[in-house]
Amino acid sequence: MANIESRDAAIANDRVVSKNRFNSLSPAWNAVFSIILILVSLFALVPMLLVFIVSFSSEASISYNGFSFFPSEWTLAGYGYLGKMGDQVLNSYIITIVHSVFGTLCCLSVMSLYAYVIAQRNFPARRFFTWFLFFTMLFGGGMVPSYMLNANVYHLRDSFWIFIIPSLVSAYHVIILRTFIISTIPETLFEAGKIDGAGHFRIFIQIVLPLFKAGIATIGLFQLVGRWNDWFTAYLYIDSSRLVPLQTLLQKIQNNIDFLKNNAEIAGTPEGLNMLRNLPTQNLRMACTVIVVLPILCAYPFFQRYFVSGLTIGSVKE
Amino acid sequence: MSATSGAIGRKKKRFFRREDLALYIMALPTVIFLLMFCYAPMFGLIMAFQDFNATKGIFGSPLVGLKNFQYLFATTDAWIITRNTVCYNLVFMAVNTLIAVIMALMLSELTSRKLAKTLQTIYMLPYFLSWTVVAIVVTAFLDREYGIVNKIIQAVGGKGKTDWYKQKDIWPPLLVFIHAWKGVGYNTVLYLAVISGISQDYYEAAVLDGATKFQQARYITLPHLRFVISISLIMSMGSIFRGDFGLFYSVTKNSGRIYAVTDVIDTYIYRGLITLGNVGMSTAAGLYQSVVGFLVLLGANWVVSKIDPDSAMF
Repeated sequence: MANIESRDAAIANDRVVSKNRFNSLSPAWNAVFSIILILVSLFALVPMLLVFIVSFSSEASISYNGFSFFPSEWTLAGYGYLGKMGDQVLNSYIITIVHSVFGTLCCLSVMSLYAYVIAQRNFPARRFFTWFLFFTMLFGGGMVPSYMLNANVYHLRDSFWIFIIPSLVSAYHVIILRTFIISTIPETLFEAGKIDGAGHFRIFIQIVLPLFKAGIATIGLFQLVGRWNDWFTAYLYIDSSRLVPLQTLLQKIQNNIDFLKNNAEIAGTPEGLNMLRNLPTQNLRMACTVIVVLPILCAYPFFQRYFVSGLTIGSVKE
Repeated sequence: MSATSGAIGRKKKRFFRREDLALYIMALPTVIFLLMFCYAPMFGLIMAFQDFNATKGIFGSPLVGLKNFQYLFATTDAWIITRNTVCYNLVFMAVNTLIAVIMALMLSELTSRKLAKTLQTIYMLPYFLSWTVVAIVVTAFLDREYGIVNKIIQAVGGKGKTDWYKQKDIWPPLLVFIHAWKGVGYNTVLYLAVISGISQDYYEAAVLDGATKFQQARYITLPHLRFVISISLIMSMGSIFRGDFGLFYSVTKNSGRIYAVTDVIDTYIYRGLITLGNVGMSTAAGLYQSVVGFLVLLGANWVVSKIDPDSAMF
């Protein structure tokens, strides 16, 4: 029951507020609520605005005023430096895109098949397969054994496949996909398919997939964003710079700035100060942040609907 | 329908049926994945009981019993990282849920649909940022030389030379704030979706009975949110022993001076593995984390199933 209720909730999200007029908030309270909520929204917007502005501030104005909403001098130099780093940034961008898009596609195909299997009500091994998956959400080996296996046994260290293979299946996402199938596709449809002599693969491709687009889109978007934002995988496993994705590049720029700053302070050597001077500049760091964030920020308002339906389905049990 | 359910209904339930072959094939890739990347690492936990040596490998390293655990619990480290991980997670849970419920209630009452939708979109924004990006946003405020906070302090006449990444006191509330900043939007939108799915009939009946807005929220809306809140609380109980690595490593810039208030189990394990190369003790910390987390999850689920069976997870 809860399934259906929540799905309705997801659909109903489009009509966020449709309370009857006779029960609507008094204008005064409405104004108070609006003002509070708008002020809260500034918390989300202002810090991003700052990063955006700093990325266009000149280095001189940063060292004089610090990071400021009102820089004394505007410039594109930060983005110019990004261009000068040329290959590295482009390369990282490509890695990020491939990691996100190819990874998501692989993920979806493997996970949706399994979701289909554990959504079969008449399948005797269904409970076993569900628990086989679900248990991995409850208990795990943790980071060290995984690291040892990936690096030493599966030899995924410094290989592109580290982005794809160890993150191929998310148990949580499979459970959500299964809930999507159960709640959107009536059992009778499977039965009808079987009576017509279609095998499971035919049923999956011709009946389930077309009805299942919303579920796939939801999980696909979660995967896409998660992979786009993944900085840790490469941080842990990747050494060669040609395989470093954008987020990790950003993290490394951030680390280098701190490292040199702290050590130049201690040592105060001419070389240290010299390195500091040649360091990626402040506005470069912010410019890099902007190009990492921009694609997601531009895209997500259009996809938000799917996220919301995913959130509600995700918090539903069988 | 009758054919298949009839087959199941028979005395002996057969586990493997020829007609299910396709299903087993479909499940195969995931099963292989789970064995290789989820179950195999569980056996790797044996390293927690070994004096692990990379050249000898997992099969050659000598067993040392509980020595790694003794080392782990001999120092105050184990206590500090456990306290930090658990306390932060509890506070995160409470703060995020509370703020999100209040905001969702307010949003759902706004008369302008357009405004509500726009705000919803803005609130979600930080949720889509990586911790690395959040770390850089935080730097823009806290940087010693250029950060806005120090610049403001200078502007009002202070010295403004504080290195905030070395000030222990500010980090606990700051981390709670940053976590809420990133996560509250997601919860708000989730609760709002549930609220908008509640049948209007309840509210109409309540209005006819003369219920105030506050009473409606208290007796209609909140009970409907109960299910989704308890599920997300159980889920967070399961990860109460997992610190958000990005938050505690990236946002704090892994600054050693403030470890006392920022070090969590995950950052500890990471440092043990990468910086110190102490595989045995890191694995021991990981095993401790997994086992206690598992028990807490079972406990939470048990408690919830006693109070309210419908809201339990399994």
